[in-house]
Amino acid sequence: MRTFSIGGIHPPGYKLSAGKPIQRAALPKQSVVLLNQQIGALAVPVVAKGDEVKTGQLIAKSGGFVSANIHAPVSGKISKIDLIPDTGGYKHKAIFIDVVDDVWVDTIDRSDVLIKDCNLDATAIVAKIAEAGIVGMGGAAFPTQVKLTPPHGKKVDVLIVNAVECEPYLTSDHQLMMEKGEEILIGTTILMKAIQAKRGVIGIENNKPDAIAHLKKLSAQYPGIEIIPLKVQYPQGGEKQLIEAIIGRQVPSGAFPIEVGAIVQNVATVFAVYEAVQKNKPLFERIITVTGKSVSRPGNYLTRIGTPLSDLMHEAGGLPEDAAKVIGGGPMMGKALVNLSVPVTKGCSGLLVLTEKETLRNEIKNCIRCTKCVRACPMGLEPYLFMTLIEHEEWGKLEKERIMDCIECGCCTYSCPSARPLLDYLKIGKSKVGEVIRTRKQ
Amino acid sequence: MAPHIHSGDSIEKKMYGVLLALIPAFLVSLYVFGWGSLIVTAISVVSCLTFEYLIQKFLLKVKPSITDGSAILTGVLLAFNLPSNLPFWIIIIGAFVAIGVAKMSFGGLGNNPFNPALVGRVFLLISFPVQMTTWPLPGEHSYIDATTGATPLGMLHGHFGQLPDLSSMMLGTIGGSLGEVGAIALIFGGLYLLFKRIITWQIPVSILGTVFVFTLIMGLVSPDIYHIGLIKTACPAFHALTYALFHLLSGGLLLGAFFMATDYVTSPMNPRGQIIYGIGIGLITVLIRLFGSYPEGVSFAILIMNGVTPLINTYVKPKRFGEVKK
Repeated sequence: MRTFSIGGIHPPGYKLSAGKPIQRAALPKQSVVLLNQQIGALAVPVVAKGDEVKTGQLIAKSGGFVSANIHAPVSGKISKIDLIPDTGGYKHKAIFIDVVDDVWVDTIDRSDVLIKDCNLDATAIVAKIAEAGIVGMGGAAFPTQVKLTPPHGKKVDVLIVNAVECEPYLTSDHQLMMEKGEEILIGTTILMKAIQAKRGVIGIENNKPDAIAHLKKLSAQYPGIEIIPLKVQYPQGGEKQLIEAIIGRQVPSGAFPIEVGAIVQNVATVFAVYEAVQKNKPLFERIITVTGKSVSRPGNYLTRIGTPLSDLMHEAGGLPEDAAKVIGGGPMMGKALVNLSVPVTKGCSGLLVLTEKETLRNEIKNCIRCTKCVRACPMGLEPYLFMTLIEHEEWGKLEKERIMDCIECGCCTYSCPSARPLLDYLKIGKSKVGEVIRTRKQ
Repeated sequence: MAPHIHSGDSIEKKMYGVLLALIPAFLVSLYVFGWGSLIVTAISVVSCLTFEYLIQKFLLKVKPSITDGSAILTGVLLAFNLPSNLPFWIIIIGAFVAIGVAKMSFGGLGNNPFNPALVGRVFLLISFPVQMTTWPLPGEHSYIDATTGATPLGMLHGHFGQLPDLSSMMLGTIGGSLGEVGAIALIFGGLYLLFKRIITWQIPVSILGTVFVFTLIMGLVSPDIYHIGLIKTACPAFHALTYALFHLLSGGLLLGAFFMATDYVTSPMNPRGQIIYGIGIGLITVLIRLFGSYPEGVSFAILIMNGVTPLINTYVKPKRFGEVKK
């Protein structure tokens, strides 16, 4: 079974919502659409207070080269454009829409008819993706059209679809593959055309044998697409790890995947591409796993962007009494949420409720130099050493020891028997070293 | 901050795991040396715990951490490196040196450069050479007035006595420190540690492999090195093999390779470094055994390589992802 070559861990899967059919979450009373929900520049509103909007209508346009369009996820009236705390508690600008009915713009094809053929050329496909405001839906929310525009002179050999879903608890990608397999394959073909890649690979972790079998069966009709099962090992879905597992080449330190001829797209993004290109549907809803050991109805919910997470929690049976921590995303890389009034964004793949037992840590003890963190690190780094160097503010040495290669997967902290907060330190170290590097370049 | 879940691993789990793996070897020592083993081990463990508690409570004024299992482990490992008839006051001095000098003066668990149990043992070996090399004969179960004799390595080194056959060495019915004699029990414990992933293969395999290859070569190039005891056959290769196995099974090699050299704190921080460290220990052990004035060299070899560990950590780095070749 293919996998990456360095480090990795095996956390329990806890896929409580596996096999739960995708359900539509109810529309909220008010939708709150953050303008910073993509990496890069803020989107610029093109509507004003009092305007009536239809579902799917452009309400904010891309604010720069790295940015994305935003469309109304509901129909109704713009009540205000104001600040609201995002997942981290920082206030950001958002468009507030009071929901009235659900009237969609009429260019969107709302039928279930599968459209296989795509006659657009590469440029037109990328333009359509940009128009639809698609971003990486695995969590990073990087604008997709930017990723599809490789620098001059770089050739793409392979499009890799990341359907690994290696985070414990999350199942939205799994269920999407079970219900929208054909759409994903068409989306993959479209993206291959957009970047002129002859080969497309869908990488799926081997704990989803039904999805592997399903897509393998369908893929017979789609030339050039291969389904590759991958060993269950975290972080198999890390971009660099996935590329190595699939094409056997390591992206050099500090470089982008294009350096080894690969472009990676998340499977949910690929589905959004299908909907955008074939159905004229912009990205304004996504599937979110709502889960947790004490959540009464864990499941996969098709949710409009801008829906408050509290509404979504309500769909799954409400916030359980023993909830100790609520996470946006998965338990390894997700963010703890400041409160549940935070709205759903394009990059939100899961809403996870952890119990007290799961969140409690042992007392932090001395490093006993057991090498667990070194052996777990999928980038071949030495987290224990970083922590000491950060305590001594040795930024130069940290750069030499390649702290900037850290992908923040959390394997080190997860493994540490002394319960040391390695990744917390590393994040501080990375931002400091990043600052040093930027100052030097100026 | 992320990650929001944890493996549940802890220092306690590791330490008590190692202690569990030492039980078979302890049972062998009870069978071979009787009450002496139990008394020496108990005194050593209680002294180590007491010194750790007193130093943390009154000298360092920190919360004592005697429940983490590390002081118990040091106590057991120190005892395993002592003869089963060692006077109690010498054991207490050894425990003081191990915990007080080798561990606590550097800042406690995680900060000591040298293996505490071995520092204690070597200190005693140098300070009390007579008591430390007076080994009760197997089957002599008395702590106070046991009949004593030499260890197999002592016989080989001094060219006297009838060397035991390999099967008694496997079972442990030979002279030696109380925890080092039962080869099968030690291998069993070592495999448990590997299976539970408390240790990894790099250190024990590189030590044992180096000793095996080195002594095999020595056996082939100078056959008279093993002129006493071992059964002579016409085949020189078989002789050399017997000789190499004798070295693997004798002295503190198995105890050292599985339980002492693998001490987290004092061994290198990545697989490549650990292999270099293990080869170093194997080479030094054989050099001391064959050419040194002591019959046995595992303790010294491990301590020397403990000293080299920071250097290894500085220059030997793990295999990086996406290393740019220059």
